[in-house]
Amino acid sequence: MEKIKVKVCQGTTCYVMGGDVVKSILDTLTEKYADKVEIVSVRCFETCHKQDSFSKAPFVYIDDEVVSSASVEKVINAIESKLSDE
Amino acid sequence: MSEELETRRLKREVLVRIIKAFMSDNYAENVRLIPYEMRPKGCEVPFRCCVYKERAVLRSRTIAGLGFAMEDDDERTLLSDFAEKALEREHPEPEPLTVLQNACKGCPSSKVFVTELCQNCVAKPCMKACRFGAISNDGHRSVIDSEKCKKCGLCMAACPYRAIVKTIVPCEEACPVGAIAKGEDGLAHIDKDKCISCGKCVSACPFGAPHAKSQVIDILKNIKAGKEVIALIAPALIGHLPCKPEQIQDAFLKIGFSAVYEVAQGADVTAKTEAKDFQERLENGAPFMTTSCCAGWNELVKKHMPEITPYVSDAKTPLYYTAEIVKKEHPDAVTVFVSPCFAKRREVLDNPNVNYLLNFEELGAMLIALGIEIDVCEEKEFEYQSSKEAREFALTGGVARSVQAAWKGEEGAVKPVVVNGLDKAAVRNLRAYAKMGKCPDGNLIEIMCCQGGCIAGNACLGSLKDAFKKVTDYGNKGQSLETERKIIND
Repeated sequence: MEKIKVKVCQGTTCYVMGGDVVKSILDTLTEKYADKVEIVSVRCFETCHKQDSFSKAPFVYIDDEVVSSASVEKVINAIESKLSDE
Repeated sequence: MSEELETRRLKREVLVRIIKAFMSDNYAENVRLIPYEMRPKGCEVPFRCCVYKERAVLRSRTIAGLGFAMEDDDERTLLSDFAEKALEREHPEPEPLTVLQNACKGCPSSKVFVTELCQNCVAKPCMKACRFGAISNDGHRSVIDSEKCKKCGLCMAACPYRAIVKTIVPCEEACPVGAIAKGEDGLAHIDKDKCISCGKCVSACPFGAPHAKSQVIDILKNIKAGKEVIALIAPALIGHLPCKPEQIQDAFLKIGFSAVYEVAQGADVTAKTEAKDFQERLENGAPFMTTSCCAGWNELVKKHMPEITPYVSDAKTPLYYTAEIVKKEHPDAVTVFVSPCFAKRREVLDNPNVNYLLNFEELGAMLIALGIEIDVCEEKEFEYQSSKEAREFALTGGVARSVQAAWKGEEGAVKPVVVNGLDKAAVRNLRAYAKMGKCPDGNLIEIMCCQGGCIAGNACLGSLKDAFKKVTDYGNKGQSLETERKIIND
C-alpha cells in the first residue's frame, strides 16, 4: 500500500499562522501511523494568495485533499478518515 | 504554543488586516471594517455566543493592534477614529500590555474543591490533614469551606483517591510576580506597578484576553515617510522564519527597512563585558553574579527584588550595545528592535537609542500583508560576523556558555547555574540567594524568563524544536569566542 502523504506548507504565510507548530506536533503524534503516513514540509502552493485566504492558513495537503485552518486535530481526523476509506 | 494556536491566529489575522489597511488607499475605513470582514453577516460563529460578541472582541483586538490600551476604550469610539489617532501618535504608549475586558471570561476564582470522585471513605485523611478546620462531611462526601480554606493543598496530598483538585485562574497562576488578578468586576486586571511585561499571562490565557500593544503603525508610518528605518534583529529570529539566515536581510529591505543589524553583534560585547565583570567580582570575593540580558528579569529585579541588585552583572544587554553601534553609524536613523518577546518593550521604552519594537508575530504579519515569500529572498551575508556564542545567546544556557567562552580568568572558576524559565519557584530561590548572600549550586546564575530561552519567547512563530536546530546550525557556522582567547594565550 502506498503511504498517505501529508504535506505541511512551510511557506511564509502558513509558517506565520502556525504551520511549523502543527508539523512539530504531528511529527511526535503520528508514530502509530508510521508505516502508513509520511509527513513532509512543502513550499508555498499559493493557496493562500487568493483574496483573504491567508486567514485560512496554515494549509496542509493530505494527498490531494486540502485542510485549511489546519490544526493537529483536523489533520489527524482527515488522516483517520482516509485510512478507514481504504 | 500549540494550545493557544487559535487565539494566536486570531491576533495575527487582525495584525495582517491592520497592515493591509495601512497599505490601502482607505486606511481608516478599512480598519473600521476589520471585525465585519472577519465575521461577515451570516457567518459561522466559531468561538463566542454570537456574531456580535465575536465582532466586539475583534474590535478590541484591533484597538490593541493599533497600539492602544483597552482600559482607555469608551466602547463608542469608532475603530476608524482609533486608526487616525494611531497615525498622529508621536510616542508609543508606556505600558506594554493590556487586557481585553470583553475577551476575558472572568474565570472562577482559584479554589480547592472536592470532586464527585470522593469515596466518602472511613479514614477521612483530608479532614485530618486540614490545619484550618475547613473540611467537613455532608454524609456523602467531604466539603471544603472556602472561607476557611487557605489553599495549602495538604488535603489534596492526603486524599488516597486524588479526588481533591485545585482549580486555577490561568493568568494568575502563570504570572511570576502576582501582577495580574481578578478585580471586583471578576475580570483580570494588570497592576502596572508590579507587571514585568514578561507576557506569561498572554500565553496562558485560553481566551487570548491579555494583549500586547502593537507598534506596527508607528513603524510603518516612519517607513512610509521615507525615513531611514533600521532593523536590529534578535538572535532568536534565525530560528523563527522559514528561510536561511542569509535571506532575512532581503526580506526586511523588501518591507522598506533601509538596513539590518544582528543584535548578536552586541551580544559579543555583552559576553566579553560580562566575563570581565564576573572575573573582577570573583577576585573581590563576590559569592555569585547573575546575568543581565533578559528584560523580564531586569524588570523583576527593579520592581520586586532590589536586594539582589548588587549581584546582577553591570554588563548591558546585547540590544543596548547594538543600538549604540547603529546610532553611531546612523545618527538620524529610526531604530526598530525585532523581538521574540514582550518584555523587551519596557527596555526599548527606556532606551533612547531604540525607537520601536516589532515582535516576531508582527513581523510575520507584515510579511503576509505585503506578500513577501521569504524563502525566495536573495541571500546576503551580514557585514559583521558574530561569534558562535553570540548567535546562541537565545538558547537557555547560551549566555552562561558565552561568558565561559570569553573567560580570561582562572580555569574552571565559572560554575554556571541555569534558571530556565522564571516561575514563582525560581523567584523564591533567587530571593533566597540574595538573602543568604550565596548560591549553593554555582556562581554564575543565568536567568531567562522563558523556558527554553529567547527562542521560546511569547511572540515566537515556529516550533521550539525547529528553532533550536536552526539557531544551533547558525551558531556552528560562527567562530567561537574561545578562538580569540587561544590566539592570545598562544
